Amino acid sequence: MSLAPSPPFTGRPRRAWRKDSVLPGFPLALGITLTWLSLIFLLPLSALLLRPWELGLSGFWTVVTDPRVLAALRISFGAAALAATINAGLGLLIAWVLSRYTFPGRRVVDALVDLPFALPTAVAGIALTAIYAPNGPLGAPLAELGIRIAYTPLGIVLALIFVGLPFVVRTVQPVLEDLDREVEEAARTLGATPRQTAWRVVLPALAPALLTGVGLAFARAAGEYGSVIFIAGNMPLRSEIAPLLIVIKLEQFDYAGAASVGLAMLALSFTGLLLLNTLQGVLARRGRA
Amino acid sequence: MFDWLILERESEMMINLNRRAALIGGLASAGALAACAPRPNAAAATLLNVSYDPTREFYRDYNALFAQLQPALAGGVRVEQSHGGSGKQARSVVDGLEADVVTLALAADIDEMAKRGLIAPDWAGRLPNNSAPYTSTIVFLVRKGNPKAIRSWSDLIRPGVEVITPNPKTSGGARWNYLAAWDHGLKQGGGDPAAARDYVSALFRQVPVLDTGARGSTTTFAQRGIGDVLLAWENEAFLAIKELGAGGLDIVAPPTSILAEPPVAVVDRIVERRGTRDLAEAYLAGLYAPEAQDLAARHHFRPRNAEVSARYADKFVQLEMSTIADFGGWPAAQAEHFADGAVFDQIYRPQ
Repeated sequence: MSLAPSPPFTGRPRRAWRKDSVLPGFPLALGITLTWLSLIFLLPLSALLLRPWELGLSGFWTVVTDPRVLAALRISFGAAALAATINAGLGLLIAWVLSRYTFPGRRVVDALVDLPFALPTAVAGIALTAIYAPNGPLGAPLAELGIRIAYTPLGIVLALIFVGLPFVVRTVQPVLEDLDREVEEAARTLGATPRQTAWRVVLPALAPALLTGVGLAFARAAGEYGSVIFIAGNMPLRSEIAPLLIVIKLEQFDYAGAASVGLAMLALSFTGLLLLNTLQGVLARRGRA
Repeated sequence: MFDWLILERESEMMINLNRRAALIGGLASAGALAACAPRPNAAAATLLNVSYDPTREFYRDYNALFAQLQPALAGGVRVEQSHGGSGKQARSVVDGLEADVVTLALAADIDEMAKRGLIAPDWAGRLPNNSAPYTSTIVFLVRKGNPKAIRSWSDLIRPGVEVITPNPKTSGGARWNYLAAWDHGLKQGGGDPAAARDYVSALFRQVPVLDTGARGSTTTFAQRGIGDVLLAWENEAFLAIKELGAGGLDIVAPPTSILAEPPVAVVDRIVERRGTRDLAEAYLAGLYAPEAQDLAARHHFRPRNAEVSARYADKFVQLEMSTIADFGGWPAAQAEHFADGAVFDQIYRPQ
């Protein structure tokens, strides 16, 4: 499955699959591709897939249906979904601002968006905790209002919003920049209101890219460990994330149990991405029709 | 400043690994040279000491002391350090980190290596005092002036008292915390395990944040202002007070606690292969020398040496301490309390 934004549809008929390649030496290129993918992805993945069977099917099932594991999976994937949803809205807004307006400091803001990619996530977690802890500069006033962010599930969502934001912005922004303004102008001259233009013209064109970005942000957030453990509080059943349970199992030299939880996470992430991809395909087809 | 310690730990690990890679390359070329012109002790002898978090400052000073005490070695001796959570470090060694010696928080972590054939099963008897050259204990760190009047273990489960401790599943230090609490519950209940279990369950209901490691908990308590009392190793408590100035925190020694014995061992399989057994053994034996014992005391570990102990009698309050042997040793304690589904996990079963 591909997560890259679909190329703009050119209207040409589909060609035979080997003609006119820019890259010479098709067998060599394909050979390198497959070898590389095997080394980097398939080998570690198959190790992950094989390990849980040391426990047998029932052992695997016992591990992943343990109430604490279920709670942790719910927290990890629930927080990731919530964070990805919030990022969908705010990421779209940021991409819009960055590609449609010029203002002083735009380049700086543009560069800032990439920061969560570059920053070690532990640093992000520590910084967010310092700010949102009940004695932090933002946490203190919030605590007076009775809102606690650090050491609650809200803190997890906050950290996940942080790590996921650039995925949405960076997938939507190029498509938005390529989008012809004439289309919007045409819509306006045909009598569409600004809201109609945004909703019926711009958003459908952006939807596939937006879904890709949200999918990436979701998948990244579900597996996030480094930033979350600092801010989560890590209370079992309440704010304990699935990757932490994996670490706990590893800490006890329970490799098979850890791999079982890992496999469950993989299956859930894969299902989530598959759903988003299907939705994206549907939207893309509708956009072309 | 603890924030930066955590980061530093990771980068230091990486540097150490890089150094090892360089070392392997260096040894290969040194080997080629040696084939042409044999020289005794060509390169500086090196040791890798894989340790846990709170020993960073102590071993930095001890390594310098050890190098001074080894004038016989022509090239001198260089000891490299790696620090991290005790369990994580043990796993790194199991997974192939070439440690000549390990100096960890728990005998259980060294037992795991012994189980996998890296270390002889009788390692604990090879050095005096169960191979633990220094000890520590679990104390309470409270806010300045002790506003919640916390004096004993029973005070910890009073309503409104928030207790900070790391997760015993991920932190060796936290297992000592847990066992010290269990010991109190047992004594309180006249030796009834059900009473101990009730006490420990009540205690963990007062815990709002479970960090994964001891330093993380210290940060949560001292920097983030969460909780009324931190259960900490005595050496960590001293360090936190020193780092923060005496202004913010006080140490309270509970009436009973547990004798924490951080053990040391030579990793047999590695020293055999690298030919560093003599040096590694000298390194660990040196920890029992009076100078090293004094150094340990200055770094807030309780020394074993009676003479040195006497000098630091004011610093280390005498407590009634149980030992891990009272719990039947680590394998038994591990199985009963910390294994999957054991007592600690049952505290967090959904009701």
